[in-house]
Amino acid sequence: MNSITLTTHEPLSPVAFPTPQNKPNNEENGSKEQAQGKENGSKQLMLGLVFGVIFGFLLQKGGVAKYDVLLGALFLTDFTVMKIMLTAIAVGMIGIFSMHALGFVQLHVKPTRYAANIIGGLIFGAGFALLGYCPGTGAAALGQGNYDAVAGVFGLIAGSYVYAEMSGYLDSTILKWGTRGKIMLPDLLGARLSRFIVSFIPLLGLVLFGIEKYFP
Amino acid sequence: MEYDSGAWSPYLVGALIGMLSMATFYFSNQPLGVSTSYARIAGLIGKLVSKGHTESLKFFQETKPQIDWGVMLMMGIFLGAFLAAYTGHEITAQWIPPLWEERFGPNPALRLGVAFIGGMVMAFGARLAGGCTSGHGISGALQLSVGSWIALMCFFAGGAVTANLMFGI
Repeated sequence: MNSITLTTHEPLSPVAFPTPQNKPNNEENGSKEQAQGKENGSKQLMLGLVFGVIFGFLLQKGGVAKYDVLLGALFLTDFTVMKIMLTAIAVGMIGIFSMHALGFVQLHVKPTRYAANIIGGLIFGAGFALLGYCPGTGAAALGQGNYDAVAGVFGLIAGSYVYAEMSGYLDSTILKWGTRGKIMLPDLLGARLSRFIVSFIPLLGLVLFGIEKYFP
Repeated sequence: MEYDSGAWSPYLVGALIGMLSMATFYFSNQPLGVSTSYARIAGLIGKLVSKGHTESLKFFQETKPQIDWGVMLMMGIFLGAFLAAYTGHEITAQWIPPLWEERFGPNPALRLGVAFIGGMVMAFGARLAGGCTSGHGISGALQLSVGSWIALMCFFAGGAVTANLMFGI
């Protein structure tokens, strides 16, 4: 008897689990929970590695895993870094805001803290000049056989720990000064996002055109 | 067409990085960013040395020391650059960059010492600013974050002044 009831119920079992089919309906909550839950799942770790391989491949092909090219950006003698960054910003901006408008992705706007952004940014720049690689291009430089980057990697790890040691103090001082939350450039001008992007992209294009014309 | 700096056009590379950003947002709900991964590794090493102290630090309570998506991304960057350089016959296998040697000589200890200090200073700045050249400079800037544009300009301003001091004096 038991075995018969079990088998007759089995074909019905998919009906008893409607939750997976309902999930796509409540997008916002669903995707948020999914993403947070999966952040360290093996699938996301694999994806992280794959995206990293692509990123590193592109950085090397672009020539920005080289000390001389990165220092050239700081001396304003080599504009490869600016060309890559501004093109990435323009393409990514169009793509990500379009996907966001269609409900495919969530935004991750970084919070604005004027004092920390400025002071931290200047300190970062000084370190960037001393090392000659940034955190991403440093990993790429090491992959390309620029062995001096290994000292930079150890320095990055050590520096992160020094920051962590001071994080309690910094959180209650510099990081509090001029905190403005997740504001975006159009907010500063009181402009609508779509209208801002439509005028900002040609501006980026114009800057790139100027760079190409005067510093090929 | 020949490019002085890289094997591929910088515009092609930039466009592909922009598309890669779209992919990481869509498939992983993550922006491209690298500097936090060094901090997570620092925390992992710190936990090996002194677990209690590391866990008591405010920063590591917010940024968990663990192997996450970003740490895998960073390892991928290393691998991907190796693959690109190996297949493109561009492995440099050098300890001292030519531009450095021209100015400061062939002493590897000097180069590695300055690189280590530079890495330390840069990581501190990245944590204070809230990101690096990819987190602020690409991901933050493309989302029009005000702080990211400020940080990006300060990266280059601080870098230009320091580089000119180093090579000018």
